[in-house]
This record gives sequence, C-alpha cells and structure tokens, in this order.
Amino acid sequence: MTDPDILIVGGGLHGLSAALHLARAGRRVRVLEARQVGAQASGYSAGGVRTLGRHPAEVPLALEAIERWHDIANLVGDDCGFRPVGQVRVAETEAELAQLAERVERLRAAGWMHEALADAETVRQLLPAVAPHVVGGIVARRDGFASPLRTTRAFGCAAMAAGATVIEGARVATLERRAGLWCLRTHGGETHAAPLLLNAAGAWGGRIARAAGEPIPLGFNAFQMLLTDALPPLLTPVVGAAGRPLSFKQSDSGHVMIGGGHKGQADLDTGEIHLDVPRLAYSARTALDLFPALREARIAHAWAGIEGVTPDELPVIGRSAVADGLVHAFGFSGHGFALAPIVGAIVAGLLLDGPETHALTAFAPDRFTLGGPARETRSALLQPAG
Amino acid sequence: MSYDLAIVGAGPAGMAAATEAACLGLSVTVLDEQPAPGGQVFRAVEAASRDPALAGEFLDAGGALAGAFRATKGIAYRPRTTLWHLDPDAGLLSVAADGATAEIAARRILLATGAQERPVPIPGWTLPGVMSAGAAQILLKTAGAVPEGSVVIAGQGPLCWLLAVQLLRAGVERLTLLETGAGGALRDALRAGGLWTGRKLLAKGVALMRETRARGLTVVRNVRHLRAEGDGRVSTVRWRQGSRDHAIACDTLLLHEGVIPSTHITRALGFDHDWDDRQLCWRPRLDAWGATSHPNVAVAGDGGGIGGWEAAAAGGRLAAIDAAHRLGRFDAVARDTRAADAQKAQRSALALRPFLDRLYRPASAILTPTDDTIVCRCEEITAGQIRGAARLGAAGPNQVKAFLRAGMGPCQGRMCGTVVAGLIAETRGASMETVGALRPRAPFKPMTVGELANERPDAIPELIA
Repeated sequence: MTDPDILIVGGGLHGLSAALHLARAGRRVRVLEARQVGAQASGYSAGGVRTLGRHPAEVPLALEAIERWHDIANLVGDDCGFRPVGQVRVAETEAELAQLAERVERLRAAGWMHEALADAETVRQLLPAVAPHVVGGIVARRDGFASPLRTTRAFGCAAMAAGATVIEGARVATLERRAGLWCLRTHGGETHAAPLLLNAAGAWGGRIARAAGEPIPLGFNAFQMLLTDALPPLLTPVVGAAGRPLSFKQSDSGHVMIGGGHKGQADLDTGEIHLDVPRLAYSARTALDLFPALREARIAHAWAGIEGVTPDELPVIGRSAVADGLVHAFGFSGHGFALAPIVGAIVAGLLLDGPETHALTAFAPDRFTLGGPARETRSALLQPAG
Repeated sequence: MSYDLAIVGAGPAGMAAATEAACLGLSVTVLDEQPAPGGQVFRAVEAASRDPALAGEFLDAGGALAGAFRATKGIAYRPRTTLWHLDPDAGLLSVAADGATAEIAARRILLATGAQERPVPIPGWTLPGVMSAGAAQILLKTAGAVPEGSVVIAGQGPLCWLLAVQLLRAGVERLTLLETGAGGALRDALRAGGLWTGRKLLAKGVALMRETRARGLTVVRNVRHLRAEGDGRVSTVRWRQGSRDHAIACDTLLLHEGVIPSTHITRALGFDHDWDDRQLCWRPRLDAWGATSHPNVAVAGDGGGIGGWEAAAAGGRLAAIDAAHRLGRFDAVARDTRAADAQKAQRSALALRPFLDRLYRPASAILTPTDDTIVCRCEEITAGQIRGAARLGAAGPNQVKAFLRAGMGPCQGRMCGTVVAGLIAETRGASMETVGALRPRAPFKPMTVGELANERPDAIPELIA
C-alpha cells in the first residue's frame, strides 16, 4: 500500500462521503473502520432525508444536501433507495400549531421557503390514516427518506471506485502527531500514517479528539427503532410530531419503521446495545396515538444504533483548534444522515486547504470551551462518551 | 414481581427444573407459550390422556412430569406467555400475554426452550402440502388431523419412525418413508458404543421399526437429491437412488432431518456458542450444570444440545440444584450430593447419543442446497442469491441480512440462519466458526404494536401450577 495523503477514522456515512470527495479530487485516502462499514449509526439510522424542522444553523447545509439527494445516482452511481415522498410534522394541539406557524414565519423572514404550514385538511390529504385529533402541521415536500445501509454502501463503493482504501476491523488504539504526520496504531498492531487526518468516528469521535489533545464534550445515545412486518399501504410521507419525539415512515416493501429518539443503553467499548423496554413501549404508544391502524401490526424487529450527541445537539464540523492537519466531522446527534452528501464535500474542502465555503461557526470544535460550560442537554438518558 | 428463578419453557426440562427448584425452597415462575405444560414432546399431554393412538411413553412419562409440576406448591405458572426480550444483566424478562406486555424480575434465569426441527431446504419445500414432520405430529396430537391420500415422509431420524407409526395407527393407508441417511452410517454409528447403557432406548426404536413393517410401510433407503414439484401444490416427489431417478405421486410431503437446539435467544443475547460439526448446528457453551457464558443465565434440555426428554428432565433438575447453590441455599459439597441421582439419569439418557448422532448425521449438503432452492422463506431469498452476496464480500449471515434481508422476516432467521452461514462458508472456503452465527434481534417472537404499547405490570395472568 502506498502511503496515503489522508487518513479517515470511521467508515460510516460521513467518513465515506469525505473519502469519496477526496478521492475524486485525486488524493490518496485510507479509511480505518473499527468494525464494518455502517456498523453503527449509519447502518441503523432511520434514513430520514429532511430539511424540515432543522436548527437554523443546519438549514443551509440541509438545503444544499437535499439538492444532491435528488441527484444522488449521479454522485454515487446508485439511487440509495431515496424516495422524495416529503416529510410532515404534525401538531396535536392548537398551541403546537401556533408554534409551527411562528417557525415558518421566522424561516420566511430569513429567506427560507422550504417549509409550509398545512391545515388539518391538508394534513389529512397527505396522511389519510392519521388520528382525527391532529389539527395541522408543517410540510417539506422535497424531503423524503433513503435506505441507510444501501446509502452507506453506495458511498463506500463509489469512494473505493475512485481509489480510496477502506480497511474494516481497524480499531484505532493510539494516535500522535510526529514530524508532520498523524501516526495511528490499531488494536491489531498495524500502523498508518498521513499528513492529514479526518475524525469521522461518530460516537467515538470524542475519544479520537481527546487523543489528539483536543477535548470536545460528547455523549452518546442508542437510538431505538421498531420495524413492523410488511403492511398494506398506510402512509406515504415521513411523519414526525411537533410535541413528542417520534418519526415514522413506510418503505416500498410495506414495512413501517417507528423511531424518533427514545434511547436504549449501550457500551462504547463493546458496542453492545440494551433496549429500554419502557421507552420502547412509549414509542409504540405515541405511534398508536397518531396512527391507530397500527395496533394489530406485528413488530418484527427492535434495535438501536450508537450515535454521538453533543451538548447543543449540533455536529462538530471544522478544523481542529489545537492541532495541525486535523479536521473533525462527528457528533451529528441523531440527524446527520441527510447531511452526508454536503458535509463530505465541505470537510474535503477543509482538508484540501480550500476557503471555508460555508458558515461553520455553529459547528466549531472549540465552541464549548470558548462559550463556557455547555447548557444542559435535553436528552435524559445521555451517556458520557469519554 | 420478583423471583429467585425464572424458567422459560414448560417442557420436560422446565417442568423438572421448576419442581426441583420449588422443592428446594426457591420462588419460581415458569413462562410458557403453550396453553398447558408438556413442551413439544409432551404437547397437550394432559388433554390427550385417553387417546389410544398416543398410548405408551408419551402418556406415562409426560403425564408423570406434568402431574408433578402441577402438584408442586410455590410455582407461579404463566401459560400462553411469550418471552420477547431479556436483559440478563438486570435480570429483567419482558413478556407478552393477553394483549399486553410486562416485565418480570428474577435473580437467575433458566432457558428451557427446547429444540426446533432442522429446516430442510429442498427445491419445492415452500409448496402447499409440504410441511415438517413435527408440524404434522402437532396437528395429529392437538387436532387429530390425519393427512389424506399419498403421504410421504422424507428424511431421517427417530421422529420419522415414530410419526410413521402414529400415522399408520391413525389410519393412513398410503405411506412411504424415503430415508436420506447415507449407506455405512450404521457401521460408523456402532463404533460410537453406548449401546448397552442405552439399550432401553434402542429397544424402543427397534420396536417402532418392527411395528411400521408389520403395518405395511414402504421404506426406500439412501435417498438423495429430493425435490417437491407441483402446480400450486405438491403432487410429485422426485429423488435419486444410486444412479437412478425415481418419482412418486404425493399429496402430503413431511420433511424431517432431526432436531437442533433452539439457540435463538442465546444467540440474540450474544452468549458463547460452539459449532457442532457432527450434528451441523450451534450449541450454547455450557458447563456441567447448564450454566452459560453469562453469570445469571443457564440452559437446560434440548436447547443446550439434543438429548431427548429424559436427559432434558435430568438437566433441568441439575440446573435447579445449581441455581439454589448459586443463590446461597447450600454449598458446593451439598449441591454435588444432591445432584448425584440426576447426574446418573443424565448419563444414562445420553449414553446412546453418540450412536444416534452418527447414525442420523445429516448430509452436509443440507447446509448447501442448490441455487434454485429458496432458503429464506420469509423474504423468498434463494441459495443462489446468498452465494452471490458471499462472493460480493458478505462474510457472515449478519451481513447477508443487510445485503438481502435474508433473516429479517417474522421468523427472525430461525429457518434460514444456519443455512445462510453454511452457504457463505462453502462459497468463501471458510469454517462455520469464522463465518459465525446469525445474531437475531428482539422481539424474540413477533408481537403487535398494540401489545407493546399496552405495558401493564399486572397484565400477565399468573396461575399456581
């Protein structure tokens, strides 16, 4: 193997998207993946492709990303199972609806028109099976969903076709900066070195950053998901709720996926996941409240994937504040899947010493140290990822 | 609801373990999917107590085990209850029953979930009219359903002969047994020994074979390349014997290649397993008391390795005695003393296993069916597709699941998991240990969204056994 120009830690969607963009720019890229490609959050994402309801800092990225999703086959040679079925966030009370209306107004004032307010009748046209108490919602019609594993593999295959190397089972044990090179040693004893390093290690990104001398606060969650047997057509768009954490969608094959942020527990060292049954039951109750027709649907699988979560639930994207030749892209906090096509391009630009093409201040790696102690996180079960 | 010992399964191992544990003063609960105790081997034994077709060991031994289980005080028995999730660290069992879910806490957990029939993927096995011999036996035992027309039993193992006798007694007139065992297996099996110690069991087998012959069963030996054919329903069974092809008209085809430990839950929990190269199946790694690689969980009965009901009952007693020891009821010396009887019974029941395992070793082709054979019935994935995924780089059954959805259906890979691994091993020239086992997910059995949503601590009916 010739020595790479760039090492990427993490064979998830973000690491592979960066690898693709870097390899196409003619750089020699080597991806080190601790388990298998897409083994954690990338493989176990709900696969939502969403501009709807984004934090304002993420809106520009999400809007650029959605354009790339609509042309995803041109980027990676596969449609990734992307279905532009739209996303809807329903309001169950007038108060929730008023909040959603206010949000749409604020977005419009900033010049963003991708979210539209929908009255009860419009929501019922979009979602005939929705419960009668729903009073309205917001809609982003160009949104949709994709198949997480298929997407991750498509980015991996495209990156390899462009010349990138992906090594599975390469779990990083130590790293240090020596004579202008990042020198990494895996638990298997192999060493890898390159002048540039991308930390795309997801929930393990905090550990990589700390090893590079840059402590960045990061927790992690095990996002729980339920998958039903194949059902007759029940809903077309991806559905979320304004007042409680929930997302569900029905795939082409008829399986309904119920997710939305109820957390299980996990062990970062072993990768073992423990389902939290009462929270899983809560997810099922929420799903039933909104779609009573699901009552008799059989659950075929329940699972969870480990995902890094930052204190402000925004990702860490940017050049290291303390080390040369290091860029971070991790901690997407449960909503990074849709952003991968654009974030890969952005971090490739950062590694290639290009100008900062996007406003990344909100994602700066040092924002937690500069801004004082981070505010309390909303996630009750957040586990320390140290 | 908290117990010293939670037992999953009310077959011979579960019933014997519960009886023993309650006698040792442990608080015990038994969860079982069936409406009545008995397990698969003694299914509905209490209700069948006067059926002459089932007379003999079934009613005598099964009835005695169920009777003792019912008569023992202090067992909280939960029939029609399904375990769908288990947190072994916390000792929490998530169960579904009666349209709701609940959690049960236990200091120690004994999985006595028994065996499952080995899936027999042959071309045409998904046709209506083709079913497993075990399913036919359940229909006979619980519904008195007797197949009509030309009935073919194909495969090998003691159950083929037992079912043949039961079907003949029930009035089936056109019955053919196609035995797939390889020639020479008997000579190999005789070398395994154990015949004297296991003479009782052996005599039972010989008596069965004699009765089938007296009742006019047609037996064809050394059958290979089985296929079921038919338009919308099985009508013909084809096979090869030596260098010649044969066919027979068939209305019902009953397949059986022995039983394998049901390792669904132990694999889902990530416990250590070993590949049994003689019986072509996974077994959880257990010590002499049935303890698994997890400190809170044991396995007894056929779920730990096929041994039959007598070995299962003995294993259940041993696991119960060990549970009492681990929970501080007595020391290791007292445990060993108490265990002597059960250990002797277990040894005697297992004496014939090496002989039977060699005699009825399935052909290794059972893990590598032809490309046109459907392997994953739920998602209709063929052996050819799985070989293709293995060539593309899928190194194990969990990756094939991600590639093809094989193993993602309602059966959670119970039918296809091991065959998928066998096909990968064949294609990539790797060992089964390297390829690894499919890791199923919760829920262990499908349940409805409504059941999960209806989480009530008091939802589970509890009977005193």
